[in-house]
Amino acid sequence: METRLLLGDEALAQGALDAGLSGAYAYPGTPSTEITEYIRRSPEARERRVVGSWATNEKTALEAALGMSYAGRRAMASMKHVGLNVAADPFINAALAGANGGLLVNVADDPSMHSSQNEQDSRLYTEIALVPCVEPANQQEAYDAAAYALELSERHSIPVLVRLVTRLAHSRAPVTLGPSRGQNPLSASTDRTRYILLPVHARRSYDRLLEKQEEMVRESETSPFNVLSLGSDRSVGVLACGIAHNYLLEVTDGRPAMPVLKVGQYPLPIRLVKRLAGECRSLLVLEEGYPYVESRLAGVMGQTLPIRGRLSGALPRAGELSPRLVAEALGLQATRGLPASPVPVPRPPALCPGCPHGDTCRALVDALALVRGTGRVFSDIGCYTLGALPPYSAIDTCVEMGASITMAKGAADAGLHPAVALLGDSTFAHSGMTGLLDCVNESSAVTVVLVDNATVAMTGGQASAATGRIEAICLGLGVAPEHLRVIEPLPARHAENVAVLAEEIAYPGPSVIIARRECLQTLKRRRGASGQGGAV
Amino acid sequence: MRCDILLAGVGGQGLLSVAAVIGHAALSLGLHLRQCEVHGMAQRGGIVQSHIRYGDAPLYSDLVREGTADLILSLEPMECLRYLPFLRPEGVVVTSSVPVRNVPDYPDLALVLAAVRQIPHHRIVDAAALASEAGSPQAANFAVLGAATPHLGLPVNALAASLDAAFASKDTRIREANARAFRLGVAAACDAAAPSLG
Repeated sequence: METRLLLGDEALAQGALDAGLSGAYAYPGTPSTEITEYIRRSPEARERRVVGSWATNEKTALEAALGMSYAGRRAMASMKHVGLNVAADPFINAALAGANGGLLVNVADDPSMHSSQNEQDSRLYTEIALVPCVEPANQQEAYDAAAYALELSERHSIPVLVRLVTRLAHSRAPVTLGPSRGQNPLSASTDRTRYILLPVHARRSYDRLLEKQEEMVRESETSPFNVLSLGSDRSVGVLACGIAHNYLLEVTDGRPAMPVLKVGQYPLPIRLVKRLAGECRSLLVLEEGYPYVESRLAGVMGQTLPIRGRLSGALPRAGELSPRLVAEALGLQATRGLPASPVPVPRPPALCPGCPHGDTCRALVDALALVRGTGRVFSDIGCYTLGALPPYSAIDTCVEMGASITMAKGAADAGLHPAVALLGDSTFAHSGMTGLLDCVNESSAVTVVLVDNATVAMTGGQASAATGRIEAICLGLGVAPEHLRVIEPLPARHAENVAVLAEEIAYPGPSVIIARRECLQTLKRRRGASGQGGAV
Repeated sequence: MRCDILLAGVGGQGLLSVAAVIGHAALSLGLHLRQCEVHGMAQRGGIVQSHIRYGDAPLYSDLVREGTADLILSLEPMECLRYLPFLRPEGVVVTSSVPVRNVPDYPDLALVLAAVRQIPHHRIVDAAALASEAGSPQAANFAVLGAATPHLGLPVNALAASLDAAFASKDTRIREANARAFRLGVAAACDAAAPSLG
């Protein structure tokens, strides 16, 4: 059997390909990006005509996957944890409509916020949608989880969330591939009562979904991803979820002395949890993210066993786990390294030298200095968020995808002037267009600076959905042609760019300045730069 | 055998290429392997690190446990100092002496190198000189890899083969410069009597 060295993301993608996947849809976002990158690069995917598509955002990605599932084929949508907020509407309602062909929603959480603005735990979403969740512990399990979860999805006509975390998504290990299965034939659903969620149908669908919950618990109780192993040290029983199980094995040399329930599928396998509790005098819950399992075990009223975890303070409430933290929670001897050095200073990420966003930020700061008022720059998610740092210090906010134009509108409505929105071309396509329409409809005094580098740069240069069509989109949304300006962010054009920005900032209605210059990274790749740097 | 390594550097130095070369060499010898990388925002000129673990027994954690690393292999002198709590007391630091000064408050280089010299087992490599002797300043990462070979527990030839395979698609000039830089690093390590010569 073939073995490949794969990231957790890639293992999941390969597993899905081997399980007869027909379509993968995604919006790029760390740490989930490599799932879809892998599908798009895969010669097998090309040969089998598997769709590997960068969608405009996570919502459109999940809806396309839902449509492919409706047509009877196996499909998946992949996103980072905050992407599921954007796709929450299709996610929760797809649970009612159900899956025809197997439907996976792959979500990569980012505990410790390595590249994110929060560390929300996607397992909680599965409680709202009432769908099962599979959480692989390692790369091999990520591969195996794809076929398993697709079958689970088809067996119960229900979408399944596959949860990854950063350290699994971005770690490599050898993965042994299994047999490959063909794709499902086209067989579109004929059940209108399921897919037309009129209240009269939805009530029945909801009843069916509720009825499935007990089956989901039984599936968890017999799942290969949930394994109870007994041990002689009965002072504590450990529930180890996902990659936390790896840390447990690491610090106990692969042979924990205590009873352990390895949790890799939810809803919680209730009978296994009760058996574990019957084997020990206390419980320790090891889980990445929120104290999700711990809080469900603890409840509010009296409990028979002491339960420790992130909620009790045995482990930190925030941030990712590590072998050291797990060893400490188990009361094991610490392994001490050398003392920490006081010498290193922080080295924050920065815009690349010569980056067009740097030139735009400098011009914007100088233009705002020319205009009277106490203006603010409402920015967004992308490389240009680094304009927050010196030497630019050019932005005042960055909250979530799209919250630049819309926050600027609200602030302008409140009387703040100038109200500037700074966002990139891909973020504009993802969630900026609707906000711009709001501004146009109400003639809001918002100046939109749209930094167009023709790519999704922060995640590695994926195709941007609006490339080549930004002017047409803005005009189509109703921006006045005389207030749709294009500048080239270059040091040599600084003075004229400042003048254009200052003019439009002074205009008391909606205007868009497109600052257009290609990303240096994609330019370098396009020109076939020689390759010591970067990954091979 | 088992080897737990922390790779340290700055975005753009080719750290993940070094990780890939070590990883494929370990796999070619039939060893178990786990390698953890940093992607995304942290790569924009910020700190980059990778954990690599390999050995003949199964490995579980993708992360090296603090106090157990055998080696910190660093492409930048200040960066190796970030991870000292991961290094076991007898562990080794192999670092390039060449600073990447992309922050305004980068400390005095003499202070940085003095801190490296206080580490019980360390080797400081003039990677820039070796790379330029090899004919490519960009190959500094593989000069440091070469200098670390005595501590990797892998045959030098397996690493050289993995390096060549990793750049199989690149032109001969780049492959030869990488190979020369690697060999110069290996030679620099052999010249030194003990790893604490700095």
